[in-house]
Amino acid sequence: MRAYLPAYEMETPQDLAAALERLAAESGVWKPFAGGTDLMVLLEAGKLPHKKFLNIWNLEELRGIEVRTEHVTLGALTTYAEVQRNETLAREFPLLCRAAAATGSVATQNRGTLGGNIANASPAADSPPVLVVYDAEIEIVSAGGARWVHYASFHTEYKKMNLHAGELIRRIRLTRKHAGWKQYFRKVGTRRAQAISKICFAAAARMEAGRIADVRIAVGSVAPIVLHAVRVEESLRGQRPGDAVLQAAQDALSAEITPVDDMRSTARYRRQVARNLLGEFLEVLAG
Amino acid sequence: METRVIGKSVPRKEGREKVTGRARYVDDLSFPGMLHGVTVRSPAARGRIRAVHFEGDIPWHEFTVVTAKDIPGKNCIALLIEDQPCLAAEFVSHPEEAVVLLAHHDKYLLEEARRSVRIEIEPLPGLFSIEDSLAQKEIIWGQDNIFKSFYVEKGDVDSAWARAEFVVEGTYETGAQEQLYIEPQGMIAQVNGAEGVTVWGSLQCPHYVHKALMILFGLPRERIRVVQAETGGGFGGKEEYPSMIAAHAALLARKSGRPVKIIYDRAEDMVATTKRHPSRTRHVTAVSRDGKLLAMDIDFTVDGGAYETLSPVVLSRGTIHAAGPYACANVRIRSRAVATNAPPHGAFRGFGAPQSVFALERHLDRVAEAVGIAPEELRRRNFIREGQTLAVGQVVKEKVDMNALLGRAFELSGYHAKRKQFAAENSDARGAIKKGIGFASFLHGAGFTGSGEEYLASEVAMEAMADGSVHILAGSTEMGQGTNTIFAQIAAEALRLDCEQIRIVQPDTAHVPNSGPTVASRTAMIVGKLVETAATKLLKTLRDSGFLREGYSAEDFSRACGEYITAHRELKSFVKYEHPRDLHWDDQKYSGDAYGAYAWAVYVAEVSVDMRTAEVRVNDFVAVQEVGRVINPVLAAGQIEGGVAQGIGFALYENVVWQEGRMVNAQMTNYVMPTSVDLPAIRVCFEEIPYGRGPAGAKGIGELPLDGTAPAIANAIAHATGVDVRAIPVTAETLLEMLEAVHA
Repeated sequence: MRAYLPAYEMETPQDLAAALERLAAESGVWKPFAGGTDLMVLLEAGKLPHKKFLNIWNLEELRGIEVRTEHVTLGALTTYAEVQRNETLAREFPLLCRAAAATGSVATQNRGTLGGNIANASPAADSPPVLVVYDAEIEIVSAGGARWVHYASFHTEYKKMNLHAGELIRRIRLTRKHAGWKQYFRKVGTRRAQAISKICFAAAARMEAGRIADVRIAVGSVAPIVLHAVRVEESLRGQRPGDAVLQAAQDALSAEITPVDDMRSTARYRRQVARNLLGEFLEVLAG
Repeated sequence: METRVIGKSVPRKEGREKVTGRARYVDDLSFPGMLHGVTVRSPAARGRIRAVHFEGDIPWHEFTVVTAKDIPGKNCIALLIEDQPCLAAEFVSHPEEAVVLLAHHDKYLLEEARRSVRIEIEPLPGLFSIEDSLAQKEIIWGQDNIFKSFYVEKGDVDSAWARAEFVVEGTYETGAQEQLYIEPQGMIAQVNGAEGVTVWGSLQCPHYVHKALMILFGLPRERIRVVQAETGGGFGGKEEYPSMIAAHAALLARKSGRPVKIIYDRAEDMVATTKRHPSRTRHVTAVSRDGKLLAMDIDFTVDGGAYETLSPVVLSRGTIHAAGPYACANVRIRSRAVATNAPPHGAFRGFGAPQSVFALERHLDRVAEAVGIAPEELRRRNFIREGQTLAVGQVVKEKVDMNALLGRAFELSGYHAKRKQFAAENSDARGAIKKGIGFASFLHGAGFTGSGEEYLASEVAMEAMADGSVHILAGSTEMGQGTNTIFAQIAAEALRLDCEQIRIVQPDTAHVPNSGPTVASRTAMIVGKLVETAATKLLKTLRDSGFLREGYSAEDFSRACGEYITAHRELKSFVKYEHPRDLHWDDQKYSGDAYGAYAWAVYVAEVSVDMRTAEVRVNDFVAVQEVGRVINPVLAAGQIEGGVAQGIGFALYENVVWQEGRMVNAQMTNYVMPTSVDLPAIRVCFEEIPYGRGPAGAKGIGELPLDGTAPAIANAIAHATGVDVRAIPVTAETLLEMLEAVHA
C-alpha cells in the first residue's frame, strides 16, 4: 500500500437523500465510492489524488434490477455478477451479460458496478459499448432533481462526461426492443481472462428480408471515449451484408476511430482488428 | 529396483503448513521495536548525482536515513565481482538504482516520505539496446561494455562452407521475462554489537547473502547470520537479488539500532529487481544435400543490464546449450554479455539456455525447410548418440536415445496425423482459424557448469536424534519446488525409514553447512546425492557400532540411535562433494565435460491462430523427457507443468515494455502472464534411465521445461500461418504485422 492512509476520509450516508444533500452542501469535495474496483487499484499504487469519498455502496435506492413491460431498469450499483444472473438480461440483452462475464476477475465482478464503470469513464471499459448498442438511458439525480440522458451522448471527451458536481448516476434503463436482433460482442483482451480490453466490439442489427433494417455499433479502446460508430451504421442501413458493403463499412470505421499506441497494444493492431471484427459481425448478419 | 519411497508421490513436507496458512513467510514475522524500511531509487537511467533533497511536510528527524556514506565496509553487493554498489554514491547506472534508504515505524508515513525525497541527477546518455552497447555509442562498463565473452570451437567451421549444399542464416531474439514468484522479495535485519548482523528473508541462496554482507559490513564469517524464511517461489529471481535487499535492511538496522523489515510490493519488485536476459542469436549453418549438419556458426549475445551480477554464468550456460543435442563435426560459438543502462538482468530458470535453445530450434525448422525435408527428419539425421561429442567437446557417456523420445512425443501428440490434417484445413484461404503443430528437441545440463561443482565443494550434514528422528542440515532451500520432500525421500530410502522420520533443518548459516546455491537444477542430483551418502554413512556408523542389526524396523532404528547417543553423545555424519575423476573441464579453452549429466527432451505444441485478431492459443502440449530416476512423480510433473506454463508466457504473453531502461508496464494487469484459462492440458511423460551418480539414479529437472516450450510454440505458429517467427514473445500485435507481410 503506497497511499498515505491517514490523508483519506470516507463517509457513509444513510440513504440517497442524505448522500445527495452531502454532495450539494460541499460541492466537488466528495467523490462517490461504489464497488471501489478502480479506486482501490489507484489507492494501492499511491496514485489516488482525491482524498474524500462518499461510500454509496449501501444505498438501496441504487440497487436492484426491475423488469417492466417496456424497460429493464438497473440500479447503478448493479454488479457484473448480478447482471450475469438475471434471466431477462440473458434472454433479451445477452451482450450485457457477456460483457459482464468478460470484465476483470470473479472478485471484480462481485464488487464492480455498472454505474461505477460508467462514471470511471475508461475508454477500455467492457460494458459501455454494449450500453451504447442498446441505446441505454441513464438517470442522473441530484439534490435539485433528476434527469434522463442517452448514454450514447453521455461521454464527451477523455474522462469528461455530462455529470456535474453534486450529481449521481442512479439507474440505467434499457428499452426492450432488441428481441430478434442479431447481436455480436467480442472483447479482444491481453489474455482470455482478467484482462483489460485492447479492443471491445459490440453490435446489434435488426434484419428484414436479408437487409440491415437497423443497426447499432460501438467500439471500446479505439478512441478517447467509447465510440458510437454512427458513420458505419449509416453505411450499413438498408444494405445486404456482402463484400462491397463490408469494404465501405470498414472504410467508414477506419475514418471514425482514432486508436493510439499504448503499453497494451498498438494503433495499427487496433485499427486492423476493428476492421476484422466488423467483418465477423457482418458474417453473423449474413449467416 | 524395489524402493520404499523413491518413485512414490509422498505428500509435500511443508504442504500442510502452507495450505492451512501456518507457514510463516518473512512478512508474517515481526520483532519488538521493528521499523519498516523503503528504498528511494534513481529517476534517471544514467547520470551524476548532484544532490538529494528531503522535501515536503515530513518530520524528517523521526526517520533513519541511510546513504552510501553509512556503509561500514565496501560499498558493493559482492557476487562474482564487486562492481555493483549497494547504494549509488556519485553515479547512477540504471533507472530505479537504490540511492537512499529510509526507515520509520509508520509504513504509511514512510511512503509519503519516499515520495518527498528528490534525487537531482545530471543526466548522461544511456545505452538501451544490445546493438548500441556493441557499437560502443557510450562506454558504460569497463573498457568495451562487455562483461564476459566466450569462444567455443570444435573442428573447423570455415572449411565446411565450400562443400555445403545449403547455407542457412538467421537472427533470433528473445525478450526479458519476470520471474513472478507469488511472494515478492522481502527481508528483516537485526544488527547488534554482540551478534553482528542477522537477516531473515525470502531467498534461494543463504550463503550468497552471507558473503555479500561480510564484505559490506567488513565483518568475519561468524558475525553474519542468514536465515531463510518460508519462501513463496524463486525461479532464480531470489538467487542474487536478496543480497541487495538484505544489505539495505541491515544498513538501516545498524543505523537505527532497531530491527528493520523491507518488503517490496509487486510494482517495486517488477521495476527494480532482475529479469531474464534479453538475447540475440545469429546462426549460419552449413548442411549437406542429405540434411547432415556440416557446420554451425553461432553468435550469441545477452543484455546484462548495468552491472555484471551473474551475466557471465548465464552467458556460459546459454553458450554451452546453443548447439543443442546434435552431433556436428564443426561448431563455433562466439558469445558475449553486454552492458546497458537497465537494471541488471539475472538468474531465471533456464539461465541463458532458453534463449539460445529458442534460436537453435526455430532455426533448425528453417534449415529443414531449406533442405526440403521434414523438421523431424533433419533432427533424426543429426541427433547425438552415446559416444559422440557435443559442441564443447564432451563425449556423451550416458545412454541417450533422442529418436525414442521424439517417437514417444509424436505418438502422444498425434503429430503426424495432425500435421497432415492441419495443412489440409489451413489451405482454405478464408478460414478464420489456422492450426499448427510444432516441436523442439533439446537437452539441459544439470549442476554447475564445468568445474563449478568442484569449486563449490558442497557440504551436507546429517544428525540422528535419540528418538530416532534424522535431521538433514543443508543450505539448500525449499521455495515451492520440493527440496524438503525429495531430501526426506532420499534419506528415508537410504535409511529404510518413512519420510515422517526425517526432518529438514531450516536453512540458517549459523547451523547448516554450505551445500551451495539452490539453482542450476543441482539440488536433487548433486545435493541429493550428498544427502544419500550422508545417510549411508550414518547407517554404517550405527551398524558398525553393533547397535543395529540387519532387517531392522523403525523402532529398532530409533532404539539404536538412543543407545548410540547414550554411549557416544551424538550421531552425526558429514559429507563433502567429490568431483568425479573422469569429468574434466578446461576453463581456458572452454571445453570438456560441461555437465555431469543432461536431461533430454522433446516437446510438442499444438496451436490455433485466430486470423482476425492474431491471437494464438496453445491447444495441447506434450512434454516427453528423460531425467533419470523420478524421485516424486507428482512433484516432478508439477515442475514440468509449471515450467511449460512459464514457457508459454515467455513465448506468447510476457512482454516487458521498456522506456529508457525502465519497465513501464510493471503491474500484473499490463505485464501479462497466462492464467489457467490460457493454458492447455500439459501432458507430461517421463522416460527413466537411472543415472549412476544421482541419488537413486536421479538427474536434474527444474530448468529443463523452460528451454523447449517457446521454440515448439514458435514452430507451431510458423506451421499454422507460414509466418517466419524470429522473435518472442509473439504478441498478437507482432503476429498481425507478420501476417500482413505474408499475405501482402
